[in-house]
Amino acid sequence: MSSLPDLVCPAGSLPALKAAVDNGADAVYLGYKNDTNARNFAGLNFDAKTMSDGIRYAHSKGREVLMAINTFAQAGRVADWQKAVDGAVDQGVDAIILADVGLLDYARRRHPQQRLHLSVQGSATSYEAINFCQREFGIQRAVLPRVLTLAQVEHVIKNTTVEIEVFGFGSLCVMNEGRCWLSSYACGESPNTVGACSPAKYVKWDKQPGHMDTRLNGILIDRFGDDEPAGYPTLCKGRFEVQGETYYALEEPTSLNVLSILPEIIKIGVRAIKVEGRQRSPAYVTQVTRTLRAALDALAASGERYHVKPAWQAELAKVSEGSQATLGAYNRPWR
Amino acid sequence: MSDFTIPKFRLPGFVAALGHKLPQWPHGLALVAGLNAALKMKLLPESELTALEDKLFRVQVLDTGGTAHFTYRDGLFRPVFRAEREPDLAFAANLSAYLQLLARQEDPDTLFFNRELEITGDTELGLLVKNMLDAVEWPKLPRLPLPSR
Repeated sequence: MSSLPDLVCPAGSLPALKAAVDNGADAVYLGYKNDTNARNFAGLNFDAKTMSDGIRYAHSKGREVLMAINTFAQAGRVADWQKAVDGAVDQGVDAIILADVGLLDYARRRHPQQRLHLSVQGSATSYEAINFCQREFGIQRAVLPRVLTLAQVEHVIKNTTVEIEVFGFGSLCVMNEGRCWLSSYACGESPNTVGACSPAKYVKWDKQPGHMDTRLNGILIDRFGDDEPAGYPTLCKGRFEVQGETYYALEEPTSLNVLSILPEIIKIGVRAIKVEGRQRSPAYVTQVTRTLRAALDALAASGERYHVKPAWQAELAKVSEGSQATLGAYNRPWR
Repeated sequence: MSDFTIPKFRLPGFVAALGHKLPQWPHGLALVAGLNAALKMKLLPESELTALEDKLFRVQVLDTGGTAHFTYRDGLFRPVFRAEREPDLAFAANLSAYLQLLARQEDPDTLFFNRELEITGDTELGLLVKNMLDAVEWPKLPRLPLPSR
């Protein structure tokens, strides 16, 4: 058995960061209160003060802090993104997670000592793309988009010396990461432009007797019966009428959960497992971090005899979007 | 980690039937007093508080039949006894869901996905309030002494 991968957990606030650290995360990732990161939501994320408090807390417990600057610098405002990179270096983060190649180039030239990770938003699914970023920008880790089968992940790992991070738990979407403009189709704004998919100001939950309507910029994208689980208000998880049938034509509201294939993930040499959800509360971070920590530790202790405990699945199922979990692309037969 | 977990429960129907007949101001006052105590301790960030100015909030406890309206004005949360318009933001849930949220035992998104928490009105304001409360570092409460197991 290879050594355990790092457990990388989300922090949208200082209490969430502490929850991650206290419950066994090896690293936390976070972002500024602005559009330099892809969870630019009202009231979420860190200012300079809470960030330095958070970094101090994590470092005092021997954990790493990774800073997500994972949106694309917008025309005329490149300096804002460069300033974010400089700020992260000043704060002493352990790594910066970047997607924009222009920004990777800037970070590499300006701060040659700073450890850089390629964000999932960088959309690199092949070892050629990853090795290119290693050669040009010196990236030391790449986060893989959630579109590869386990065999494909293994193929990437065998052909690169860059550390590979994969997603282990969290909400799924249509997974066209770093290239998705669906949100802009409905409301003119998307993660790549403003740092948020389906920004809240365009979302309306309309409660009617017997059902709830979800509208995005006035467009009806879903209707839930009173007993039906709900999901995030994104276009890719809406129900649409296609050839006379109304269904989740693109993607169902669901969460990725890799507990059952954890031994395989470790065997192929994955260096870090990431948990999605900076937009979630400290309670979620606590529940998911302690569950994955327990699973990883059980795997280290029991090796081949590892089995998924029902209590872990129950804890993760509860916090899942759409209250259902999937292995996503990892075990898809098609490519 | 707390040793005590709040179970999911729903109070029997007669409680709500009775609750609707009771005056709605006592829990409204309690809620506002709690929020103002948090203000006084400077637990709520000022930058986000300005976005709450003059907004009308409604908190509805479905299984007790209780409803409280309040607003934020000139640095204080204030109860609104006779709401004359639709609230800017409204929450509706059973008592157990609110208790689980307050104890940070459940995440609002989880309760929302599971249809145990309803949020209507200005969604961005709702997100702001949620994230503001999530970011509060509540003072550590002394742990209740529990018999050793």
